[in-house]
This record gives sequence, structure tokens and C-alpha cells, in this order.
Amino acid sequence: MGKLKKTTKQELITCGIVVLFYIVITILDKTGNLKSHTKGLLVPICYYATAAVSLNLVVGFLGDLSLGHAGFMCVGAFSSALFSVAMKESTMPAGLRFFIALLIGTAVAALFGFLIGIPVLRLNGDYLAIVTLAFGEIIKNILAAIYLGKDEAGVHISLKSFPLQGEGKMLINGAMGIQGVPTDSKFLIAMLVLLITLLVIYHMVNSRTGRAIMSIRDNRIAAESIGIDITKYKMLAFTVSAAIAGTVGVLFAHNTSTLTAASTYFGYNVSIMILVYVVLGGIGSIRGSVIAAALLYALPEMLRGLGNLSNYRMLIYSVILIAVMLWNWAPAARAWRERVFKSKNKQKQES
Amino acid sequence: MNMPLLEVKNLSISFGGLRAVDDFNLSIEKGQLYGLIGPNGAGKTTVFNLLTGVYKPTDGAILLNGRNITGHKTIEINRDGIARTFQNIRLFKDLSVLDNVKLGLHHRYPYRTITAVLRLPKYFKQETAMDERAMELLKVFDLDGEAATLASNLPYGKQRKLEIARALATDPVLLLLDEPAAGMNPNETQELMDTIRFVRDKFDMTILLIEHDMKLVGGICEELTVLNFGQVLKQGATKEVLSDPEVIKAYIGE
Ligand SMILES: Nc1ncnc2c1ncn2[C@@H]1O[C@H](COP(=O)(O)OP(=O)(O)OP(=O)(O)O)[C@@H](O)[C@H]1O
Ligand SMILES: [Mg+2]
Repeated sequence: MGKLKKTTKQELITCGIVVLFYIVITILDKTGNLKSHTKGLLVPICYYATAAVSLNLVVGFLGDLSLGHAGFMCVGAFSSALFSVAMKESTMPAGLRFFIALLIGTAVAALFGFLIGIPVLRLNGDYLAIVTLAFGEIIKNILAAIYLGKDEAGVHISLKSFPLQGEGKMLINGAMGIQGVPTDSKFLIAMLVLLITLLVIYHMVNSRTGRAIMSIRDNRIAAESIGIDITKYKMLAFTVSAAIAGTVGVLFAHNTSTLTAASTYFGYNVSIMILVYVVLGGIGSIRGSVIAAALLYALPEMLRGLGNLSNYRMLIYSVILIAVMLWNWAPAARAWRERVFKSKNKQKQES
Repeated sequence: MNMPLLEVKNLSISFGGLRAVDDFNLSIEKGQLYGLIGPNGAGKTTVFNLLTGVYKPTDGAILLNGRNITGHKTIEINRDGIARTFQNIRLFKDLSVLDNVKLGLHHRYPYRTITAVLRLPKYFKQETAMDERAMELLKVFDLDGEAATLASNLPYGKQRKLEIARALATDPVLLLLDEPAAGMNPNETQELMDTIRFVRDKFDMTILLIEHDMKLVGGICEELTVLNFGQVLKQGATKEVLSDPEVIKAYIGE
């Protein structure tokens, strides 16, 4: 009984922080205290935080190292952008169109997560990391090579550029990607996606499903001995995580008018960046993922504004990364924190 | 008719050239406290691994309540009614003591993931019921005071007890304990033996336990099987088995 209350409290604090952030930003914006550069960071902050929380489900709770998160984002981005571009001229209201785009990106990424999960989740440890990384790269490279066009003769798909007959339109133009994606991603919507993700993950983790997922992480053999269906729960965690990555992709795609499957956006380095958020936020800590993603995404951008010092921004960034890493994981730092925040830490184990 | 709860017929397994269990037979009645003993490497744990589907036997059959469960997967065998503990403790170390037991209750309270995500009334109802049932079990093992502790922070003896509690939570008909007293001091061992007897009586449980120490086994088991080099050396009432010259020789020769 007391336990239910405690986990609910953790959940409320995290969501409270997110809502508070939204309120503060909105006030700053309304009073004209927000630079347009900073405004541009808001949507990405929300979706990278969402990405980190969803990756944490696999890395922190299931205990599997997946490096293909950006690949699922890519799938979500392209499938939804294709829909939005195709429907742009129709009479469908923009709000409804974006809502459907969100559903499509999420569902397609979930399907990919499920299909890729079947062979991949048989692997363990390093093998799983390598294969998911490869899958992510393959998805990105295929989407960067596809040409999809529609003309009077119908829909064409090819790996080579082709001429359109008469009145036609290139939907995916190879490495140039999808052009004219409506920029529907707004701060409020990105924030709502983050909040919903938080609720879904918190509720899942604090349930029999979440316990089953964590039991696989802690001791697979023992989990089997008490009848936990390992394959089922691995697939579930992996698919949910991929689905949310797909939602992130939708937000990403509709935050730029030109969507390309470039490495900067969907390469393995992005998967690793998200993994860094998860690790630095504390593996298995949902709130940590949100805070780490927000701070670490905003940090290098903020450092741009430091005048002369901005030449050193990547250096400063790295030093901060190392410092946070030590703070979180070095035995001495952990022992010190344990002593100082003893009561707090006990609760944190639930979050 | 009086069907044994567990019947094992001609069970064998080879690892490469090694016949780790060779033509093993066993019959346990409901409610019995049965001991499986033998020197190091005799094949005791391998028998448990065969019974729980971790290994597939090369030969032989396993019948639970007359039903053939040979070849079932580990997770099916738990649902068939066999639960176990491990020689080298296997707890969910980063979960609380309470959650460890609640995992054992996983299939008794089968609300769906969507019910949890939407926090429907059923979620609260079943979670509360789970908490209550888990606390009851923890009380039996005097662990209710440590429900919120992480499993890995429990002292060794209590970890062994928690493993038994978790196994019992799956509501088995047969409980397999692999050296439950290993690493315990004589006091803890005595207490554990009392608990095991209590579990048998309270839950009307049938228990098959592996123990290294013949004196301990002599204290609580009604019948014994002695394994040596994968083969049954002796089988029967505890007293007779323990006074058998061949058994004594196997142990002294160890
Ligand atoms: N998976 C395996 N592969 C190869 N050999 C194995 C395997 N499992 C067990 N063995 C061998 O089978 C024999 C029996 O091992 P087992 O663990 O069952 O012994 P035990 O009676 O439980 O011993 P102990 O008292 O030390 O726990 C040993 O020689 C062991 O090395
Ligand atoms: Mg053994």
C-alpha cells in the first residue's frame, strides 16, 4: 500500500518538473525574455528527453544494450512525413493530420521494432549492441537511397533517380529526402508527448509487466524458474521502446521542412548520444534520463553564446560529461552521496 | 490407487562423454520431505536441472501427478507445479524483497499491461492483493520487516529464505531446494530446518531437498536417495540409508 504511494510520488515529481519547465518557458516567452535561438531548442529538448526515456526501458530496465534507437526514429520520421506531405493539399485540418501522422510514425516504428526484435533479441550483450547498431544504419542508408515519386502513370519506387511523366511529384528524393514537410511540431505538443511517455513508462515499470522486465535483467535463469516468459517481455519492452522512438521521429520530421536521412540526424552517433543521456542520467532512472537529455542537449547550444570561450565549447562539454559520469558512477562519489542523501537515495531506487 | 506425486523413471543425461546422471529412478509421495544427497559432483544439481527443464534428458521420463512433463520448457514446468531454489543464490538483486516475492505471484494476478498503463481499477485491486499475499509469505520467513530492502542488501541467510519464499509464491505442488543451508552457521541452519518443516506442514507441500551435510538431512528427511557418480547408490528410509556401510564408504572416500 505504502509502496503504491511512493512510486506515485516519484511519478508526480518527474511530471511536475516537466510541467514546471513548460510554465517557466511559456512565461519567459510571453514576457519577451526568450531568444529565438533558445526557442528553437525547446522542441528538440522534449523529443530527445522522450527518446532517452524510451531507450531507458531497454537499457535500464530490460538490461539490453540497444544501439539502434535512431533507426526507429528514422522509420517514424519518414513514414509520418510521407503521410503529411501526401495529405498537405487535402482538406484535412492540420491538427488532425498531425495527430494521424503521430499514430502512423509510432505504429510503423513499433512494427519495425517487433520484426527486428524477433531475431535480434536472441542475442546477448555485445552481439545485441552490434546487430541493433547495424539495423539502425541499414534503415537509415536505405531511406537515404530511395526515390519515391507519383505521376500520371502511378507511383514509382526506385534506388535510382527517375524522370516523372507530366504532372508529378517526388515524395522521397533520394539523399535529398522529403521536402515540404509541414512544421507541425510545437512545443506544447512535444511536451505532451513527453508527459504521456513518462506516464506510460512509469506505469509500465511499476506493474507486473515492469517487474517481469526487470527480473530478466537481474537474473534470467531465476526469472524462467518462476515462469516468466522471457521472450514475451523482451519483445514487449523492445517494441514499446521502438514505438516511442518512432513518435520522436515524427516530432523530428515535423520540426524541419526538409527531412533527410543524414547521419547527423539518424546515424549511430545519435543512438549513442541518446545512450549517453540514459547513462549519465543514471541507468534505470526515468527522471535522470529526462534531466540529462534536456541539459546535455541544451548545453553545447548554450555554450555557443559564450563569446571567446565558445571556441572551447566541445572541450567544456566533454569535461562536464566526464564530471557527471564520475559523480554518478565513481565508487567514492557514490559512497559520499549515499552518506549525504541516504534517505533520498532509498526512494530513488523506485524511480 | 496411490499415485506418487513425482515419479522419475530411468532418467539419464550425458555431457559429452560424462554420464552426469545415469538411470536415475525416484518416487516421492505427496507431503513427503525427501532428501537427495551425495558427494561433490555426484549429479544432484543436474537432477534438479533435469526436473525443471533446464536440461533435456537423454533418456527417461518425469511424471508429476501421473502427467508426463518430460521435455517441457522451464517456464512450463513452473506452471506444471514445480518450483526451485538455486545452489548459488539467484535473486533479483536490484529489486526489493517484496518485488522478488511479487514476481513469484506473477501468474496468480494476471492483469494486462494496458490495465497497468491506464491504471484501471483492476490494477490497484490486484496489486493490493499481491502486496498482501506477498507480505503473508514474507512473514512466514520472518522477512516482513525488510520488505522494502533491496534483495542484494539482505544478509546471506535471509537471501536463502527469500528464494524459498519466492518459489513458494508460484504456488507449486513440489518444491526443490538445492542446498538451502549452504553457507549458514549452525544456528541459522537449525532455524532453517524448522522453517522447512513448517512450510511442509502449513502449505501441505512436498519437498525434495539436496543437502551436503548428512547430519542435517538425517534431522528432517523421511527418505533419502544417495547419488554417487551419477548413479543411485542407495534409496530408502533415512536411518537405514545413513547407516549403510556403502554410503558411509562413499562419503569417507570423498
Ligand atoms: N552443463 C554441463 N556441462 C558439462 N558438464 C556438466 C554440466 N552440468 C554439470 N556437469 C557435470 O556433471 C557432474 C555433476 O554435476 P552437479 O552439479 O550435478 O553435481 P552436484 O552433485 O550438484 O555437486 P555439488 O555438491 O558440488 O553441488 C559434474 O561432473 C559436473 O561437472
Ligand atoms: Mg550441486
